[in-house]
Amino acid sequence: MNKIDMIEMAQMKKNIPVFVPGDTIKVQVKIVEGDKSRIQAFQGVCLGRQNGGIRESFTVRKISNGVGVERVFPLHSPSIEAIEVVTRGQVRRAKLYYLRKLRGKASRIKERKYVAGQ
Amino acid sequence: MNKGLIGKKLGMTQIFAEDGRRIAVTVVEAGPCVVLQKKTVEKDGYSAIQVGYGAKEASKANAAQVGHCKGAGAGVFTHYRELRMDNTEAYNVGDVIEAGVFAEGDLVDVTGTSIGKGFAGVIKRWGFKGGRSSHGSRFHRAPGSIGCSATPSRVFKNKKMPGQLGNEKVTVQRLKVVRVDAADNLILLGGAIPGSANGVVLIKDSVKAKR
Repeated sequence: MNKIDMIEMAQMKKNIPVFVPGDTIKVQVKIVEGDKSRIQAFQGVCLGRQNGGIRESFTVRKISNGVGVERVFPLHSPSIEAIEVVTRGQVRRAKLYYLRKLRGKASRIKERKYVAGQ
Repeated sequence: MNKGLIGKKLGMTQIFAEDGRRIAVTVVEAGPCVVLQKKTVEKDGYSAIQVGYGAKEASKANAAQVGHCKGAGAGVFTHYRELRMDNTEAYNVGDVIEAGVFAEGDLVDVTGTSIGKGFAGVIKRWGFKGGRSSHGSRFHRAPGSIGCSATPSRVFKNKKMPGQLGNEKVTVQRLKVVRVDAADNLILLGGAIPGSANGVVLIKDSVKAKR
């Protein structure tokens, strides 16, 4: 293995839960304010996962006070404390950008009954 | 300048800072370099050390190289560089310089050979705008006028014209050492450095003071 891969491997997290686009996930984000740090949860639908390896990131969308909010998190970032899968969604796309145009009832995602590996 | 060494650019990647920021870094396999010769003010008129990097079979080197490297007793090298020093007292012939000479947070200058682009036109080389592609335009990537007529009857010096782009010595100043892995002789520098992967680069401490 070359040395750059080794550097990247050393930083990758090993305990990331399996989640795919369409799943509703809760991301526990570490927020540093001055010398204090606290954990803030960001819960929403995973719109997609981009790139791979150490550069992998994922987009989470939620509706906050009627306004759509999207955040992109680097998957292996040390500022992400934990990722929890709330519900599994049944979708037919890898990137769910169409959800941006939908509101309310139309933006619901069917729950996935079958989970790979179970 | 009082420290420096030769290295090989391995490529770029990213690492995470403690606060979660991503930092783009260039990984350089720096050293080990061996001091082959010390130049002194008395003898040579300036003070410097000459270092060698990269093992080479003695049978593939010429007699002059083998003889020159004999004093250091560390074999023959593929690359040689001279490092101008304010003070060479810290170094002796045969000393090995490793990545550990630099510490995290140091500012360094990196010299390498930029990627060669060959004979390039003015758009690629100087960023000229160029003309429109279509709608009857016959002016596409040409430089256009390069000056006036009877006065001055010549083209001014340094006029931006087509020519060789890249494959020249380039120095990038004030790069931050993000991490040093002394065991593997790796230095991670914040940002990009000249040249392609596997290119030989020279890392020196920065000539510009810390801000």
